[in-house]
Amino acid sequence: MTVALEVKGLTTQFGTRNGAVTAVNDVSFSVQSGRIMGLVGESGSGKSVTGFSIMGLIDEPGRITDGQVLVQGTNMRDLKPDAQRSMRGRNVAMVFQDPMMTLNPVLRVGDQMAMAVRVHEKVSKSAAWDRAREALEIVGIPAAGERLQAYPHQLSGGMRQRVAIATALLHRPAVIIADEPTTALDVSIQGQILAEVRRLVDETGTAIVWVTHDLAVVSSLADDIAVMYAGRIVESGTAAEVIASPRHPYTRGLIDSVPGLHEPGQKLPQIPGSTPQLANLPSGCPFRPRCPRATEICATQPPHSGTDAHSVLCHHPLEAS
Amino acid sequence: MLSFFITRIAQAIVVVFAMSVIVFVGVYAIGNPIDVMIDPGATQEIRQKLIEQYGLDQPLIQQYWTFLSNVAHGDLGTSMVYNISVVDLVFSRFPATLELVLVSVCIATCVGIPAGLWAGYRPNSIGAKLIMALSVLGFSVPTFWIGMLLIMGFAVELGLLPSGGRGDVGSLLGLPTSLATLDGWSHVILPAINLSLFKMGLMIRLTRAGMVEAMGTDYVKFARAQGLPDRQIVFQHILRNISIPIVTVFGLELGSTLAFAVVTESVFNWPGVGKLIIDSILQLDRPVMVSYLIMVVILFVLINLVVDLVYARLDPRVRLKGGA
Repeated sequence: MTVALEVKGLTTQFGTRNGAVTAVNDVSFSVQSGRIMGLVGESGSGKSVTGFSIMGLIDEPGRITDGQVLVQGTNMRDLKPDAQRSMRGRNVAMVFQDPMMTLNPVLRVGDQMAMAVRVHEKVSKSAAWDRAREALEIVGIPAAGERLQAYPHQLSGGMRQRVAIATALLHRPAVIIADEPTTALDVSIQGQILAEVRRLVDETGTAIVWVTHDLAVVSSLADDIAVMYAGRIVESGTAAEVIASPRHPYTRGLIDSVPGLHEPGQKLPQIPGSTPQLANLPSGCPFRPRCPRATEICATQPPHSGTDAHSVLCHHPLEAS
Repeated sequence: MLSFFITRIAQAIVVVFAMSVIVFVGVYAIGNPIDVMIDPGATQEIRQKLIEQYGLDQPLIQQYWTFLSNVAHGDLGTSMVYNISVVDLVFSRFPATLELVLVSVCIATCVGIPAGLWAGYRPNSIGAKLIMALSVLGFSVPTFWIGMLLIMGFAVELGLLPSGGRGDVGSLLGLPTSLATLDGWSHVILPAINLSLFKMGLMIRLTRAGMVEAMGTDYVKFARAQGLPDRQIVFQHILRNISIPIVTVFGLELGSTLAFAVVTESVFNWPGVGKLIIDSILQLDRPVMVSYLIMVVILFVLINLVVDLVYARLDPRVRLKGGA
């Protein structure tokens, strides 16, 4: 197994009127080829910003302040802007949340995909269209040739997301960042796409970072899971381990609040309180004010514990079962 | 598509008709042209005779009916001042305005759109702030004043360019135009710049607003995630998306400048239609006023039609329908 993506100590800050806010705080993880890592967290936990930071697409006033992003061993952050750009799409690609918005409404699907082909490969326009058609066929779009001629508004949401995934796959990148790509879709379409993605990963060996807030999706799709809270990864490990025996109280809370796991008619357990504002995080463990296990020591920085296969950032982790 | 054109033509006829009523009544209310045109020493009899000759003794409805039936026969009337057909009069002046407006619209577009793109691409840069400040000046400082400054600077102080008039007229594609001669260009450039400043300011702001909005959209982020260079994203992805409001304003501005380039034409003594209409209003030359304004309405209808056709070319989601 080769490591497709390795993130070390990634830190991204946003300048605000009240000083810098750290949206991604010392985040480290790695994803091997052919594996899917679910990056889970609530809104505002920094999971999408982590995805964009990996791509090198953080806009002002945001800035990556520290860390390394190694794609197939090459640190993206060491590269000049133009070299970084040429890795995007070719070595590391991205799929977005809302398929209604990700395609340019005034250009034909084929033209948009051909552009993406030709930016990295010097091929003729017709060869680029052929490549685009193959990519659509790979993601299971029937009558791909006709779809290429269509404008985005002529396609359904699920179809558009397949087009976006096909576009990301054009250059067989080592890593694809998928930023909640099924959240905006119907459940039945979501299921189809998840199955398709699983098949593609197995066939192509691409590594996927699947950013989502939906634990149910992750538990059925991902090989590994990293849970983010307030810009930090608080727990990570194989999906089976983390879902079966979560060690961080926050992960525990998340899993407990998945409706499918409970008897109907009962009140669903909730995590009290709401996500803290990044601008004024509590000292030490940011989950402290909401945590049932919190003690005085939690006001200090929590330590890493556990193994590589299942690590947790907590003073009082739950016992591994 | 056919129903689209039929609806448009029907709409145009209604608009032209309504316009003719409004203009006719308005002009009637301004005053009696005979009082302006006639020698004050003329006798009451001569005065009465002239009034009858122009049909001004008839009731308003009757006058309007006569006008309509003449129009139906293709006769828009004869200028009371120049004593030639109104159509000939307007078309003798129109090429001068057309060339002036085309040059100024070209300047406004060629400078305004790139400047707006830049200002939207790097909204926090000093260059962008400078561009925005200039665009505010462009449409807040009065045209006549800038015109006078341009004359002072380039014609009087530097002596580089002529201060007014149309210059040598050559022929281009059968149209008499000063764009065919170098001397003509030297005459057209100052008034064209003067006329373009307002439009340029507008173009800059529109383009910038569209650009800023587009830069934050998902399709731009997606294009960046594919590794497309910014230049390609701006010109192949964004420009087409933001061009619809630009084309709208372009069309409106083209029409209104063609019709009412009055101030600039007066300052630079440019023999165009804008000056003609002002002179006609001062002299109460009724047939010229009425016919000119009707021609302006037709011009606007035509420009809007073209703008709608361009929309449909630019945005695949736009469908041309009758009744829309």
